[in-house]
Amino acid sequence: MAKTRILEILVGTFMAAGFVALFFLAMQVSNLSASAAGDGYSLTARFDNIGSLKTRAPVSMAGVRVGRVESIQYDQDTYQAVVTMRIDEGYDRIPSDTFANIFTAGLLGEQYVGLDPGGSPDYLRDGEQIEHTQSALVLEQMIGQFLFSKAEEVSQ
Amino acid sequence: MMNALARLGRLGLDSLARLGRAHLLLFGILGGLPSVLLRPRLLIAQIYGIGVLSVLIIVVSGLFVGMVLGLQGYYVLAQFGAAESLGVMVAASLVRELGPVVTALLFAGRAGSALTAEIGLMKATEQLSALEMMAVDPIRRILAPRFLGGFISMPLLAAMFSAVGVLGGYFVGVGLLGVDDGAFWSQMEAKIDFEEDIVNGVVKSVVFGVVVTWIALYEGFDATPTSSGVSQATTRTVVHSALAVLGMDFVLTALMFGD
Repeated sequence: MAKTRILEILVGTFMAAGFVALFFLAMQVSNLSASAAGDGYSLTARFDNIGSLKTRAPVSMAGVRVGRVESIQYDQDTYQAVVTMRIDEGYDRIPSDTFANIFTAGLLGEQYVGLDPGGSPDYLRDGEQIEHTQSALVLEQMIGQFLFSKAEEVSQ
Repeated sequence: MMNALARLGRLGLDSLARLGRAHLLLFGILGGLPSVLLRPRLLIAQIYGIGVLSVLIIVVSGLFVGMVLGLQGYYVLAQFGAAESLGVMVAASLVRELGPVVTALLFAGRAGSALTAEIGLMKATEQLSALEMMAVDPIRRILAPRFLGGFISMPLLAAMFSAVGVLGGYFVGVGLLGVDDGAFWSQMEAKIDFEEDIVNGVVKSVVFGVVVTWIALYEGFDATPTSSGVSQATTRTVVHSALAVLGMDFVLTALMFGD
C-alpha cells in the first residue's frame, strides 16, 4: 500500500511540474500576461503609406506602449490604409487632436505607431478616428530622393 | 523479372496490411480508453513508467540544448549588434521546434522502446494469450492505459524541456555572456505569442506523443514472438518513431507557421 502511495505522489509531482512549466512558458516567456490586461477600446487612423507596419505592432505614447495595432485595411475610395488600434484600458485620455506617426525602432527595426498628444480638452473615445497622421518614412524613397536632388545639384 | 514484380507487390501488400492492423489496433485502444478511466491505478502506474522516469533525461537534455542555443545564438547575434534578442531566439526555437521534436525523439528512445520490449515480451511469453484465456481483453487492460499514459506524459515533458531550456539559455546568456537581464525577458515576452507559439508547440507535442506511443504499442503487439522478433520490433519502434516525428513536424510547421 505504501508503495502505491509513493507512486501516486511521484506521478502527482510530475504532473504538477509539467503544468508549472506550461504556466512558466505562458506567463514568463509569451505575451499572455501583457495582452490579457483588459479589453481597452479601439481607435482608427488613416495613413497614406504605412510602410511595413504589421498587425500586433506596438502603439506607443512618449515611448510607453499603450496598445497594439489590431488590423490594417486598405480603403479603395481614398487610396489610404486604415489602421485600427486597440488602446489598453486605463489610457483613456488621448486628446482628440493627437498626431499619429509611423516610426521605425532603430534603423532597420520593426515599425510602430507613435502617438503625439495634442492640446485639445476633448478626449478620443471608442471607435473614433485620429485625424492627423504622418506616413511611414520609406528608406528606399528617401535614398532615391536624396540621390535625385544630388544629381540636380551637380547638373546645375 | 516476374519474381521481382511479385516481391514488389508482396512488399506493398505487406505494408498496407501492417498499416491496416495498426489502425485497427488504434481504434481498439481508443475504444478501451473509457475503461481505463474506471481503473486510474493502471494509468498512474503507466504515467510513472512513461513520464516520471523520463523526467531526468528530458530535463538534462533541455538544459544543455538551451545552454548551447544561448552560446551559439549569442555568437551570431552579437555580430549584428542584436545580442538582446537572444531571449527571443532561444525561446522561439525551443517552444516552436526543439522542445516538441527533441522531446519526442528522446521519448521514443526512452519510453517507446521500453513499451515495445515489454509488450513484445508479454506476447513472446504468451502472457497476452493467458489474459485472453481469462476473458481479459489485453488491448483494454495492457495497451489502453499505456496509450493514455503516453498521451498525458508527452506534452508535460515537452513543456518541461522548453522551460528548462529557456532557463539554460538565460543562465548562459545573462549569467555568463553578459546580455542585459531585462532585455532578455522583455524582448522574449514581446515577440513570443501565446497562441501562435506556445499553443502550437503544445499541439505538436500532443500529436507526437500520440504517434510515438501508437507506433511503440503497435510494434510490440505485432512483434514476432521470438527474442529476435522483439529486438527487431524495438529497433523499428525507435526508427519509425523518429522518422514519423520528423516528417510530421515538417507538415505541422508548414500548416501552423507556413503563411
